[in-house]
Amino acid sequence: MTEAAPSLWEFPGGLHLAARKEQSAASPARDCPLPEELVLPLQQHIGEPAEPVIKVGQRVLGGELLARAEGYVSLPVHASTSGVVVAIEERPVPHPSGLPAPCIVVAVDGEDAFVEPRPRSDFRQMDPSGLRNMIRDAGISGMGGAGFPTFIKLNPGARQPVDALVVNGAECEPYITCDDVLMREQAAEIVAGIHIVRHALGAKACIVGIEDNKPEALEAMRRATAGTDIRVVQVPTIYPTGGEKQLIRVLTGKEVPSQGLPAHVGLVCQNVATVAAVHRAVLHGEALTSRLVTVAGDGVDAPGNLRVRLGTPVETLLQACDARRESLDRVLMGGPMMGFALHDLAAPVVKTSNCILALTTEEAEPEVAPRPCIRCGECARVCPARLLPQQLYWHARAKEFDKTQDHHLFDCIECGCCAYVCPSHIPLVHYYRYAKTEIWAEERIKERADLARRRYEFRLQRIEREKLERQRKHQEKRAVLKKQPAEEGKKLAIQEAIARARAKRAGRGAADGTAASQPSTDKTES
Amino acid sequence: MALHTPSSPHTHGDASVSRLMVEVLLSLLPGLAVLLWLFGWGPLLNLAIAMAVALCCEAAMLWLRARPILPSLSDGSAAVTAALLALSLPPLAPWWLTAVGIAFALVFAKHLYGGLGYNPFNPAMIGYTVLLISFPREMTQWLPPGGDHLGLVHTASFVFTGAPPPGPGIDSLSAATPLDSLKTQLGLMRTITEIMADNPIFGALGGAGWQWVNAAYLLGGLALLARRVISWQIPVAMLGGLAMTALCFYAYDPDTYASPLFHLFSGAAMLGAFFIATDPVTASTTARGRLVYGAGIGIIAYVIRTWGGYPDGVAFGVLLMNMAVPTIDYYTQPRVFGEQPPS
Repeated sequence: MTEAAPSLWEFPGGLHLAARKEQSAASPARDCPLPEELVLPLQQHIGEPAEPVIKVGQRVLGGELLARAEGYVSLPVHASTSGVVVAIEERPVPHPSGLPAPCIVVAVDGEDAFVEPRPRSDFRQMDPSGLRNMIRDAGISGMGGAGFPTFIKLNPGARQPVDALVVNGAECEPYITCDDVLMREQAAEIVAGIHIVRHALGAKACIVGIEDNKPEALEAMRRATAGTDIRVVQVPTIYPTGGEKQLIRVLTGKEVPSQGLPAHVGLVCQNVATVAAVHRAVLHGEALTSRLVTVAGDGVDAPGNLRVRLGTPVETLLQACDARRESLDRVLMGGPMMGFALHDLAAPVVKTSNCILALTTEEAEPEVAPRPCIRCGECARVCPARLLPQQLYWHARAKEFDKTQDHHLFDCIECGCCAYVCPSHIPLVHYYRYAKTEIWAEERIKERADLARRRYEFRLQRIEREKLERQRKHQEKRAVLKKQPAEEGKKLAIQEAIARARAKRAGRGAADGTAASQPSTDKTES
Repeated sequence: MALHTPSSPHTHGDASVSRLMVEVLLSLLPGLAVLLWLFGWGPLLNLAIAMAVALCCEAAMLWLRARPILPSLSDGSAAVTAALLALSLPPLAPWWLTAVGIAFALVFAKHLYGGLGYNPFNPAMIGYTVLLISFPREMTQWLPPGGDHLGLVHTASFVFTGAPPPGPGIDSLSAATPLDSLKTQLGLMRTITEIMADNPIFGALGGAGWQWVNAAYLLGGLALLARRVISWQIPVAMLGGLAMTALCFYAYDPDTYASPLFHLFSGAAMLGAFFIATDPVTASTTARGRLVYGAGIGIIAYVIRTWGGYPDGVAFGVLLMNMAVPTIDYYTQPRVFGEQPPS
């Protein structure tokens, strides 16, 4: 639905960055060659790692389940081409820490045989929970951001009616063009996915936000949505418009509550690539096994967008784009603002890998020794969360973590605007991550300590209870015994009489029996 | 192949502390030019002495504190302190006055607090205030603006040796500033109309000559604003605070209280608003806090000018508000995005 420029809102701060998207946006998407080996991390996303269901040595087809979800916040892992499982072991994974993690390794046979797809077109007859299960079973997680399992985002709860679905096609980071190319080439799939997601959410309206530096994508999406009530809106190019909270603010004027979810203001936000994956999962019955990845940076001679099988080592992508190895300073997964530097190029592409950025020494920000903070406040001016970054830095550096929380540390989205403008070149975001990690660690220690304390208290309680129990039993016994003289005294007297009579009859042999009754007599008298 | 793995972001804007300081220094040039035009070589000599002493003190303190000397020297912050103090001193200030002021500013007000970024008080204004309190006579010996200037050689010999120049004595060279004479004359129970009518040192806006100095600083300040080196809140609030207070009293009795325009274009109003109060280290950092901070300086400056014991009050205003900065910052934190406004 084309319309005159709708009224848009602004979010605080933000930056105008050099887009540098022309490198990779110029050519259409192309296929990345199959690697020799797929490396599929059991934990690709937020949540619990998946549990392998295959054995080493087993042959698998593309789309076949390799590991099933464990727990609610977890997703299954599928083979992204055919081959033989050769190992389940620790391998380098794309993570800022550079630490290895358990992965399923598949030796690719090159046949690229897939499991039989199970297409269906009647999604409107399915209930939302059935759709969510399909989306979960296809292993779909957010493909633009942190990789939260999509089926959970599609389940905001019965008491949280969803007014609108916001589809994120902003793609605000420099260099990255995979969503741009996806919208230009597969707009129809995205729109089909939008219908499914809307059905699953019961969302009355839908808005697609696209930054104004992608006119072709905008045009393609407007053509694909013609005749529907989906609004495709052009938004100004300001970093970080692609942030969920920022895009929602720009498109609807609503502020997602601090540390809250979009669902709290009746909205759900999904990335265009995620929506397209939902379409393939529901209408074609295909698991999420590939994604578009931008390969860019001056370190590659043939930048572009590649259709990459999940699990393909970054190495393979760089080769496919003619990387000049000797000129590389660093290789990022993600964009220059929020991406992280890879420690090992054997790390695989995962569901959240939108960009591989090969930066040369000339291109990358040289490491400048930070100078002292001069409190200029530029960081506060550009902060999209309206935080006071210099105060956060000050407290983080002094390890005053409670004060960083007073200054809303956890509203920081780590967009990097503050560090970008800092005249003292202070790695501000690094300090915030450090503070967050320390706070989480502290909380875990506190939890453990709480648990230990609760256990100890429970033990004390149990000892106390047992003591009281014993005392109670003791008293009961005494009470019983105290009553005995009245009633049992008679009984005993009778018994003694009987015993004496028996003794008389049995003669001397029964003397032991009388002796045995002696102590109880003593007791009653005491 | 060893890959670098620094933390994000991996790109940076072109801002740097040295660049900011250079921009500030360049924006002071119009003001310096007018000072030279009005007062001769003196201000340039002050500036040269202050710069030299500042670099020596900075290097010495960095060495004593076992800090890397060259990177810190090159940030230009000592040069800015030196320039701001030098431009505030009388044109024929003896060399030791300048040296004592700048040394105190850098050693005590800056490095003993931990160096750049850690000093709670504006070093240049501490230096200025120390001189004003310790050497009031030397600090009030200003030249009449315009007129015949001493040559460079005579200026230098006077500044360094105190040797009086040939011709008329130094006494005929010195004069009170317009703010100073206004205060003295008002003390003699004269009205402002009378004072301004028979004294050539008053001009159309502020003091004769002084109004041009202030106009030049205003120009430099606007350049800083346009180039986003400083934000608008502090200068606007300070000039607004000064002008609004002046307007209230001027409207009440224009014969006892000078006009807002006179206050804006006299003394250190413009230099203070755009160059001194905007020192980021010692100013408030929140947007609302900067308004409070600036307005406070403007009001204090007016109060000292009008009722205090000193002709100008910008330096005291800045230092007093420096003290209030932590409190101001605490109470003016912005509403975080997504936080519900207090209802």
